[in-house]
Amino acid sequence: MFKRIRSLFGQSDTTDTTAEPAENLQTESLESTDEPAETAAIIEQTDADSPEKLATDTTDDSVIDEEISQPAKRGFFNPFKLGLEKTRSLFGRMNTVFKTDEITEDLWDELEETLLSADVGAQLTDKLMSTLKDRANLEKMQRGSQVRSALKEELRVLLGPSEPLLFSDTSPITVILIVGVNGVGKTTSIAKLTYLLKNQGHRLLLAAGDTFRAAAIEQIKTWGDRLKTPVVSHQHGSDPAAVVFDAMQAAQARGADVLIVDTAGRLHTKSNLMEELKKINRILAKYDPEAPHEVLLVLDATTGQNAISQAKTFVKDSGVSGVILTKLDGTARGGMVFSISAELGLPVKFVGTGERAQDLAAFDPDSFIDALFED
Amino acid sequence: MFETLSSRLESIFERLRGRGKITEADLTEVMREVRQALLEADVNLKLVKQFIAGVQEKALGADVLSGLNPSQQIISIVYDELVEMLGGVDAKPKITYAGAPPTILMLVGLQGSGKTTTCAKLALTLRKQGQKPGLVACDMQRPAAVTQLQQLGKQLNIPVYAEEMGAKPIDIAQRSLRWATAQGVTILIIDTAGRLHIDDALMGELQTMQSRTRPNETLLVVDSMTGQDAVRVAQSFHESVQLTGLILTKMDGDARGGAALSIRAMTGLPIKFIGMGEKVEAIDLFYADRLAQRILGMGDVLTLIEKAREHITEEDAQKMEKKLRTASFNLDDFLNNMRSVRKMGPLTQLMEMIPGLNKMVDSNQLQEMMKGDELKRVEAIICSMTMQERKNPDILNFSRKKRVAAGSGTTVQDINNLLRSFKEMQTYLRRAMNTQQPKKLAKPNKSLPQGKSHMHGKSAKSHKR
Repeated sequence: MFKRIRSLFGQSDTTDTTAEPAENLQTESLESTDEPAETAAIIEQTDADSPEKLATDTTDDSVIDEEISQPAKRGFFNPFKLGLEKTRSLFGRMNTVFKTDEITEDLWDELEETLLSADVGAQLTDKLMSTLKDRANLEKMQRGSQVRSALKEELRVLLGPSEPLLFSDTSPITVILIVGVNGVGKTTSIAKLTYLLKNQGHRLLLAAGDTFRAAAIEQIKTWGDRLKTPVVSHQHGSDPAAVVFDAMQAAQARGADVLIVDTAGRLHTKSNLMEELKKINRILAKYDPEAPHEVLLVLDATTGQNAISQAKTFVKDSGVSGVILTKLDGTARGGMVFSISAELGLPVKFVGTGERAQDLAAFDPDSFIDALFED
Repeated sequence: MFETLSSRLESIFERLRGRGKITEADLTEVMREVRQALLEADVNLKLVKQFIAGVQEKALGADVLSGLNPSQQIISIVYDELVEMLGGVDAKPKITYAGAPPTILMLVGLQGSGKTTTCAKLALTLRKQGQKPGLVACDMQRPAAVTQLQQLGKQLNIPVYAEEMGAKPIDIAQRSLRWATAQGVTILIIDTAGRLHIDDALMGELQTMQSRTRPNETLLVVDSMTGQDAVRVAQSFHESVQLTGLILTKMDGDARGGAALSIRAMTGLPIKFIGMGEKVEAIDLFYADRLAQRILGMGDVLTLIEKAREHITEEDAQKMEKKLRTASFNLDDFLNNMRSVRKMGPLTQLMEMIPGLNKMVDSNQLQEMMKGDELKRVEAIICSMTMQERKNPDILNFSRKKRVAAGSGTTVQDINNLLRSFKEMQTYLRRAMNTQQPKKLAKPNKSLPQGKSHMHGKSAKSHKR
């Protein structure tokens, strides 16, 4: 079965030099192989199953339903603030030092330590420290509070403007590709993003592109069930590009307007796996030259300076357009995003603050910074 | 795995190496760079401070050992400190087995650190050691985590204990004990759900699981890419559930391993295993010295120095150094040296510790010669020579060689081989001395053509990385 799909696929790779055969392929594959039928079956199954299941099933689902019914109550950025509130804010412990009437050496030392311990990185910390010291001289600062607001300004500049998720205005289907190293929370983030976009009225389809890790497919399918969202999947070990191919067809057939593609976690140092990502991009581009419209790199806030190396490689190999920063509900502050935004010009688009579907929020640089300075 | 930190440190030390004497100001400057490199490698800030202070103090306080120039000594100190931080050379990672099976291992950690994959890897490794492992799926939190463990178990043909969705992890763990006994499992590996160290409810659950199952090892699985937060996370877990060790994962990436250093040093918990990839075979035991050497990117040369320090007296070393410098190193010295070096351990291993030696000396014979039996033969050959011959091997003509061969029970060919190897070694040593002490080697030995030695000196330099 897979052989057939793949040979069909191979054909499309070699013969599809003009733009139109995409349509041919769709009908052809629907007619000539039973694979798409299975895909459809999977979709139908999840759809047919879920309402019943959801009505009777676990408490988790009822929580989700409840949340779906009252999403606006907390305000847009609050969930993310809630996450940060679980821990102390970054500069909160410095607020006593900031309140002093003079700028002491202690203040500078403590500031440096705070930045370093938040994973801002040695280089950027050095840069920030010298900028702030220069400014303190030039602007004849006298009080700690002045340093505090200067610091806020500098950090804010590093994060760049707030950038929302982009939707395609030329294509009916916006394709979002989710990439990242192992264990950062890609699949969970997809579930959260699905929840968020569904609440905004979008019709979603998910592609189980992680065909490598054991039970990764089952993981995203479970989320699909819970969120009543169809998932296109193949067998474990199959070609992820083929999954994406089918998912794209299914999205068209079912009139979905957002397709989110899960991918296997890959260390950015594994070039063969990075090639696989390029292949997925090529397949998507056959349907729509602009697809994927968003490539979101999932970064774990617990990660240190290695995140920068991750971001650089993923930007180079898969054209990352934004970042989802996960696990901000821990004690890590994700200070490396400052380097990533500043150095690579990569905007943070979402932040994850928990394991539940609703624990994701659009990233707002201003409130992020404010939260860092809270008492 | 630690390439970036290695290369940073290496370039710092490369500059150090070029200097004969190091002032306190130099040292401070170098230390600042080391600090920067360590921080960029995610070494915990507090630890960096301790480390720098320790190295600086030792470097200033230490007497300069003869035969080692100051920069090498600093490298040696840095290396010592690194090894110390990683638990010392003697730290042999071991699993504590139960008196009566099954031995129980519980794996805990943050979300996405790689617990489930590591469970499977551990099971496979332990089975290779003759154990009969069993896996327990207690992650009821993440969707399909149980399925993941079941699939891995099926793939490896290792039994997995799992229960239906909705069962409580504590109960599952407890019930798995009976299952293990019934199955004849000798080592039981419990996979737990990823959790935040600040999640009191879930940490409480872990505590209960621990008290009910009494694991012989509670291992924290840590992502090697973790930043400054690593120590805090590990300490919190350690406070809740007395950990017995660490497993570092994702070491096959380009993480610089600061987290590894930091957690090891600041919690005192031994690193027992390191995960090196997604394949189920990709798990290794952890050795502090190997890691430190890798961090420094120096081959094992420091262990060599260390060993030399133990077995060669300072006086001997001084004599040797002088001979090396003046290139008056003869076969007699070679014999003495060989005997004292042999105390240090298997010679082939020692040879491997010298970075670049294989590249520079194109001689399998030298390697061959260094292997056990060959050494005895070499000893016999040299002992059959007169003192005059040992001091100046060039006088060995065919008739002398025949005599030596008869005396040592070898052939003339063996003697020729030895002489050739010795010449090569002399050349190598000269090159090595040349790169380290360019000025002092201005006077080459008469016994070798002057032009040749210069040429070697130059080529050695151009070969330098």
